[in-house]
Amino acid sequence: MKELEEKESVVIRFAGDSGDGMQLTGTQFTSTAAVIGNDLATLPDYPAEIRAPAGSLAGVSGFQLNFSSKDIRTPGDAPDVLVAMNPAALKANIRDLKEGGMLILNEDAFTPQGLKKANYTSNPLEDDSLTKYELYKLPITTLTVNALHDTGLTKKEIDRCKNFFALGLMFWLYDRPLDVTIDWISTKFKNKPVMIDANVKALKGGFHYGETAEIFKRHYHVAKAKLPPGRYRNITGNEASALGFIAAAERAGKPLFYASYPITPASDILHELSRHKNFGVRTFQAEDEIAAMGAAIGASFAGAVSLTGSSGPGIALKSEGMNLAVMTELPMVIVDVQRGGPSTGLPTKTEQADLLQVIFGRNSESPLPVVAPSTPSDCFAMAIEAFRIALKYMTPVIYLSDGYLGNGSEPWLLPSIDSLPNLEVRHPTADGPKFYPYQRDPKTLARPWAVPGTAGLEHRIGGLEKENVTGNVSYDPKNHELMCQLRAEKIARIADDIPEAKAVGCQRGDLLLVGWGGTFGAISSAAEELQREGYSVAHLHLKHLNPFPRNLGEVLSRFETVIAAELNFGQLAFLLRGKYLFDVKSLSKVQGQPFTIAEIVQGVKRFLKTEEVRSWQKKSLA
Amino acid sequence: MAEKIAGLTASRTRQDFVSSQDVRWCPGCGDYAILSQVQKVLAELNVPRENYVFVSGIGCSSRLPYYVNTYGFHSIHGRAPAVATGIKAYRPELSVWVATGDGDALSIGGNHLFHALRRNIDLKILLFNNRIYGLTKGQYSPTSEFGKKTKSSPAGVIDYPVNTLSFALGCEGTFVARTIDSDTRHLGEMIKRVGEHKGAAFLEIYQNCVIFNDEAFKEVTDRAVREETTILLEHGKPLIFGKNREKGIRLNGLELEVVTLGNGYTEKDLLVHDEKTADPSYAFLLSRMELPKFPIPIGVFRAVERPSYDHLLEEQIRQSTKAMGKGSLEKLLNSGETWTVT
Repeated sequence: MKELEEKESVVIRFAGDSGDGMQLTGTQFTSTAAVIGNDLATLPDYPAEIRAPAGSLAGVSGFQLNFSSKDIRTPGDAPDVLVAMNPAALKANIRDLKEGGMLILNEDAFTPQGLKKANYTSNPLEDDSLTKYELYKLPITTLTVNALHDTGLTKKEIDRCKNFFALGLMFWLYDRPLDVTIDWISTKFKNKPVMIDANVKALKGGFHYGETAEIFKRHYHVAKAKLPPGRYRNITGNEASALGFIAAAERAGKPLFYASYPITPASDILHELSRHKNFGVRTFQAEDEIAAMGAAIGASFAGAVSLTGSSGPGIALKSEGMNLAVMTELPMVIVDVQRGGPSTGLPTKTEQADLLQVIFGRNSESPLPVVAPSTPSDCFAMAIEAFRIALKYMTPVIYLSDGYLGNGSEPWLLPSIDSLPNLEVRHPTADGPKFYPYQRDPKTLARPWAVPGTAGLEHRIGGLEKENVTGNVSYDPKNHELMCQLRAEKIARIADDIPEAKAVGCQRGDLLLVGWGGTFGAISSAAEELQREGYSVAHLHLKHLNPFPRNLGEVLSRFETVIAAELNFGQLAFLLRGKYLFDVKSLSKVQGQPFTIAEIVQGVKRFLKTEEVRSWQKKSLA
Repeated sequence: MAEKIAGLTASRTRQDFVSSQDVRWCPGCGDYAILSQVQKVLAELNVPRENYVFVSGIGCSSRLPYYVNTYGFHSIHGRAPAVATGIKAYRPELSVWVATGDGDALSIGGNHLFHALRRNIDLKILLFNNRIYGLTKGQYSPTSEFGKKTKSSPAGVIDYPVNTLSFALGCEGTFVARTIDSDTRHLGEMIKRVGEHKGAAFLEIYQNCVIFNDEAFKEVTDRAVREETTILLEHGKPLIFGKNREKGIRLNGLELEVVTLGNGYTEKDLLVHDEKTADPSYAFLLSRMELPKFPIPIGVFRAVERPSYDHLLEEQIRQSTKAMGKGSLEKLLNSGETWTVT
């Protein structure tokens, strides 16, 4: 028996060619870690090219996961372990590996040809470039071939099983059971027993190799995390969003209508929703973004819990339709799973730079509520929240997710169905008081949602300016101003109907870190680290970006310095400055990658230092 | 005729579909005749008033929904088919109409029109074709004649015009027809056929813009020459036209040909119009008939049956519900690998 060493957390990154099945390997490891009861967070990182030339740097696909016995909120700043299936994967990822970290390489791939494709001028296995790591050179391809030689598969088919060999080895190394993955293989290849046999053999081959080969002296164990009691599943943000939208429709007692045009990284929402037609979910794959937006508007007019989704470039196309939805005051949710831009930008990488687009990117005065989930599992709750606002206030609502949230996963404590809010929907009938399409609810300023098929309430709406109350077309100047004010006031009133902003940590102090969206994990972890180090730093995470919580200005004013940390050049900072006339500083990153905890910690420290210097200068000048 | 729907009064008239809004088209505009016939047909079709929805884009034609006393949605330029698709896909029981113009449907909205037709979504599409941009005051449109001088083409249009019906047939439209605003009887008849068709129904209406393109269709509307310049398509009847019904259309190889009866040709040599031909090639040939070589065909080019998108979508919902059982949120949330922490 080899020695079993206990670890609190481990960050593993699997990296290989985009055809090597690295995303699958990563998600299988994740599922097993989840079922064992670790807390975890993942970061898939894959190229935009479906199959860049095999072995090239452009084709490297990676999957990082952090699994732990304590509460973690990010996929980890730097991997403890890097599994690299070829030279390109090594080259693209080695700079991230912790010093002294474990490096497991598929030695078979380090051929002169493979090295050349990765632009290596000397073989890193032979020069001294890898000496600062705990290096394991393993002939993974050969070992897989040996394990599968009697399966009757072709060489090519066998080669494709090598990711399961690597996975099996990692399962042994981190003391994980094989059964979750064996079950998955058995279901996946239900009709291909040969493939079940081969993949299970490869998986077990890797596992037994770890145990018997005289390579690893010890292996590791990461205990269960102390998570709040309840039933859990592992979920990605896009899946959680889809389930949240279905739940919202169920709670509103209406079928969900989803119109969308495929776009990375939002497509998984379309994929997930299209599987659930038995909930009455109608998915419509439109001819373009504009049509998807138009169809969502039409369905909403017809009475649907209506949804459309895209990423930044698609939202740009939808903006004309979004304004029609603003003018007609119809309820719907518009999903933006942000990615790196501008234009096509970095389709598979994450960014948070659409905030100003969704707030300002339409002609004229066009206020729209904006909400943003903070973690993959929070996507479920915020999807329902988006529809709560849309249906209650008769308005389109922007749901601002991002690639990091959409593709990343974490354990999700399943809510009880009874705990979900009821989304009450009322359609007027001819029996009620005299109907006017733009007669407003005095409290919410919502207009009535009369749907086609209701006798006696026949009416016409559209993109032309409305006369107050009657909804008839009006060019009256004063009326236009009044209607713009009413539409703005309606959105502003939502501030009274959302949770107040709350700083976590000290309630007044030197510095407040403000964040929004998928950076929650990194910022909150950084704030805690700074607090442990004795800094007077608090964290405030915004999930409602328009309107802001009504006490936000007051909370900001309690701190000497406010920093908005975001994956853009300071868009939230700009909004806060504009609204509260407060000198909000910006901590930004625009690299298509999420923040690491260390980046935020260092960024804040740098800033605190500057402030110290500044106040010292001020004093000495006085 | 389907059975009468409860609540429908037999005495419904055009007046029941007149809205309270003042109609604001230019005096003499062809749109008035279309509106009037639409209102008349709505009263005749077996649909409750509240189940009609009119959707439009931008342009003079697109003001139509305001004037029809049903549900209506005046949307944005070119997007009416998309908005209408959302309505119909969610509520198949509604009778959804699209009012659009040549600029709206074929220029900015060409893509949406194409997809609405090829999906065979059950929409009634009325395309008001006046070969000009009216609302923006006189620029050329996708159907304007080559060489035409307009405000935006002082040296003449160098865009080749789209053949509206060839386009619709190329999209495999299941109902494709043409009529003229000034021929009210035929106009009403065609609108009614549109209303009764199950699937995407496309009607091109030659419509006169008195201000910017007056008498654009003079060749086919002028009583003096009309019989020579148009040919009425009637299912099961031979393709005959002419003042004395002395001319006909026959198929010569893969091409159509005008022949004079008596000159060695009899009615038996002529094509017999069959709007139900499954292959759209025949209808496409008809759509290529243009002056001066051929008379302009008026009537139903194609009317075939094929399950509509909205119907198929409902069917998928039914089948999925049958196969998987009605969705349970509890089950859905608990699906996949779950574990319990105590």
